[in-house]
Amino acid sequence: MDFVSILSIFVLACFVGYYVVWSVTPALHTPLMAVTNAISSVIIVGALIAAAASGAPGAKWLGLAGIVLASINIFGGFAVTARMLAMFRRKDKPASKGEPR
Amino acid sequence: MNAHAASPWVAMAYLIAGIFFILALRGLSHPTTSRRGNRFGMAGMLIAVVTTLVTHEIASLPEILGAIALGGVIGFVIARKIAMTAMPQLVAAFHSLVGLAAVLVACAAFLDPGAFGIVDAAGNILAVSRVEMMLGAAIGAITFSGSIIAFAKLNGNMSGAPILLPGRHVINLGAIVAILVITALYALAPQAGAGEGWMFWTAAALAFTVGFLLIIPIGGADMPVVVSMLNSYSGWAAAAMGFTLHNTAMIVTGALVGASGAILSYIMCRAMNRSFVSVIAGGFGAESGSGAEGERIDRPWKRGSAEDAAWIMKEAQQVIIIPGYGMAVAQAQHVLREMADLLKAGGVTVKYAIHPVAGRMPGHMNVLLAEANVPYDEVFELEDINGEFAQTDVAFVIGANDVVNPAAKTDRSSPIYGMPVFDVEKAKTIFFIKRSMSGVGYAGVDNEVFYMDQTMMLLADAKKMVEDVVKALQH
Repeated sequence: MDFVSILSIFVLACFVGYYVVWSVTPALHTPLMAVTNAISSVIIVGALIAAAASGAPGAKWLGLAGIVLASINIFGGFAVTARMLAMFRRKDKPASKGEPR
Repeated sequence: MNAHAASPWVAMAYLIAGIFFILALRGLSHPTTSRRGNRFGMAGMLIAVVTTLVTHEIASLPEILGAIALGGVIGFVIARKIAMTAMPQLVAAFHSLVGLAAVLVACAAFLDPGAFGIVDAAGNILAVSRVEMMLGAAIGAITFSGSIIAFAKLNGNMSGAPILLPGRHVINLGAIVAILVITALYALAPQAGAGEGWMFWTAAALAFTVGFLLIIPIGGADMPVVVSMLNSYSGWAAAAMGFTLHNTAMIVTGALVGASGAILSYIMCRAMNRSFVSVIAGGFGAESGSGAEGERIDRPWKRGSAEDAAWIMKEAQQVIIIPGYGMAVAQAQHVLREMADLLKAGGVTVKYAIHPVAGRMPGHMNVLLAEANVPYDEVFELEDINGEFAQTDVAFVIGANDVVNPAAKTDRSSPIYGMPVFDVEKAKTIFFIKRSMSGVGYAGVDNEVFYMDQTMMLLADAKKMVEDVVKALQH
């Protein structure tokens, strides 16, 4: 891929991000931050490439360290998001006594 | 194996991962779809990781799996144990990890460019890749050190008071310009490798310093903006590394996260009526803490009791509860929900009104209430509920202060002037739980609501007071 195609993807993704994030309900802004944290750890892809290669030993160890850090984020981020989202519950009782007239 | 020579299927797989990440955020538009959204996110991550592993020749799979398992266990345990009140610190800590991971990946790419497929025929790193790599490292480093400071301030390891260095704007700007100049020189250098190594490491070291210097002058009250801003940076760092690796999943994710953090920062700034520039410049809240007690005029105010509150609320048609962070500090959310249940059982409509800055990060108060089993359809945002106060019998303010201060609407000289606030003064009766009459809000300003005819001050610890109200309601 040449630089311009990559830039096109990036710019369009920024627009997608803009509209998708505005559609997130303010009540879920904390889970939003936790889940963006988890997905930004897709940077683990870079760490995996570095750790998988056998070119330079220094790069390999940096890659492995990167994998540990990104994994903390991925597992921690998705798990804490799931934990928070599980708390968001509707009114379970029927509205028999809630409404005044 | 060269990442660029990969088959179109590999690129497709990363694209699908990117789409799943978009769907993950899209799911958060409503609580009912949010859990599915989170699963989309996990699936996207799995696709990205598996694709990378199967398309690269791996020298040592056990080590990689071990690293994933180690990080996974640590992350999972933290996610299980963390208290919901500590979410801002946790998010700051997670941001720092993303930042550091980006730096590590950039360093690895610098040391072993061949593995990343960013070298030309002569074995030199491509000029455009040098810029991307360097920017990735710099943004990652700023995110890392900035988040460490944000963590320390939020976690109380460091005072929330701003630390103001003389000439800090000049130092920061100088360092950022230096990073850009070094990046340009590095891109134009005839060949990469050991000779230009100092440029890469100097820029990275400068970026670490900038992250540190950028956050230390910012006061505790502005931390919601800072956490959102660092969220944005972590996204841009991932995007920069995505450019280096020509990886669609990373670029899409980086753009999503970058946009998310930027929008959240904007929302937080708007909620505090502060400009982004003034937050970044820092120093806000430097004078508060000394307090405004001296200037305070002694004015008459009414003191209420738990029994008064119980009796009046029982007779009300609608009660709006305005919780602030003080409620969470007092751990009063569970007993507050008990109080609301008793009122609802008696036929009273109970609603919760949440200001965007009610917690320590965007949406924090909603999570704290959800944890106390408050149904989300009883919780309303500022603009959705503000029109209802005129038809409301009781406004119950607990642990909040500045967000109900009418001075924000009327007093041009007030430090909080222009901040959107709840119109509690329109309610028939106001109960205001406060520890004592001496403390004032975060911004250090007096509140006209304390002295209004329809206001009764309930002076006690928030949890104790609500417990007493619950007892009185049960009689």
